[in-house]
Amino acid sequence: MPLSVSIVSATQEVWSGDASQIIAKTVEGEIGILTGHEPVLALLAEGQVRVTDTAGTVHRVQADEGFLSVDHDRVEIVARDAALA
Amino acid sequence: MGAKLRVYTQKIKSAQTTKKITKAMELIAASRIQKALGRVEASSPYARAITRAVSAVATYSNEGHPLTTEREEIKRSAVIVLTSDRGLAGAFNSQIIREAGELRAQLEQDGKEVDHYLVGRKAVQYFQFRRRAFIKDWQGQTDVPDAELAREIADLVIESYTKGEVDEIHVVYNRFVSMMTQEPSVVRLLPLEIVEADQASDEAALPLYEFEPEPASVLDALLPVYVESRIFNALLQSAAAKQAATQKAMKSASDNADKLITDYTRLRNNARQAEITQQISEIVGGADALSSAK
Repeated sequence: MPLSVSIVSATQEVWSGDASQIIAKTVEGEIGILTGHEPVLALLAEGQVRVTDTAGTVHRVQADEGFLSVDHDRVEIVARDAALA
Repeated sequence: MGAKLRVYTQKIKSAQTTKKITKAMELIAASRIQKALGRVEASSPYARAITRAVSAVATYSNEGHPLTTEREEIKRSAVIVLTSDRGLAGAFNSQIIREAGELRAQLEQDGKEVDHYLVGRKAVQYFQFRRRAFIKDWQGQTDVPDAELAREIADLVIESYTKGEVDEIHVVYNRFVSMMTQEPSVVRLLPLEIVEADQASDEAALPLYEFEPEPASVLDALLPVYVESRIFNALLQSAAAKQAATQKAMKSASDNADKLITDYTRLRNNARQAEITQQISEIVGGADALSSAK
């Protein structure tokens, strides 16, 4: 089962869809998320979030000052200023 | 053409011109409502996600936080008033200013001092005209408020709250209820009462999150963002409500112009008829005089 991902900024939903893997940079270091990850709520550090979708394409999103939540294979990446890089 | 007739024709023309303008403004407002509502809609996933995250931390960490703790003695309150920059929106601005005035009276009655933060030219004009003091104002951005504005306001009020200059913060804004209704509402922003999003109730219970870093720091980072998103949402709603109010006001102005045109057209017809009748009686009188003179 793929991860269902939504990336939202203050003004709009930047990207949403299914993904097989997500790599993000949190304040404590890089975090990789695959299906079946335990629920996590982590603060993001400034940097890129790399989302590999089910087709294998990598989407890079610049996310500043936000957080990431994982819960039952649903991933939300929330940042005030998020934009596809 | 008689003088009366000319006056009425002029009045009809003027009403027609006014109607053209108000009709155009009505249509513009109608199209802007959709855009403004679109912005409210587009920002709601963000607001929902933050609300959910904040409730998760607040529920599982049992952390007391300065932003959520009620102070024992409330000496000074801050009130953020959201109006629009431009008028022609019926009671939109006056009802907000009235609401803010009532809130201020209420707070002062409870022995609190009140600081005002103003958004929108209309509120600023009101305060300046009455020589009332306010801390800061933001103008010129109420039509399309951006997240940056919300952030600026949030940073400022949170700072004065954490410094202890004010002990509670309220927002007064027009809530967009429907196309026909804008409701002035007062919301207490700080200390926070975390409001669950409507959708949260029918979703599964919040999962047991692993927090990274520890819950207290997560809460530290999230709460200001939550306040900011509440302010942003209020700004967007107020912008949408302003357009709806403008549309309503302009619609009734167009209707009034229509009524004026009908009334003046009747009066003009009356005047014209009177003129014709007079001319006929003059001709008949003249002919009579001529025939009796023979």
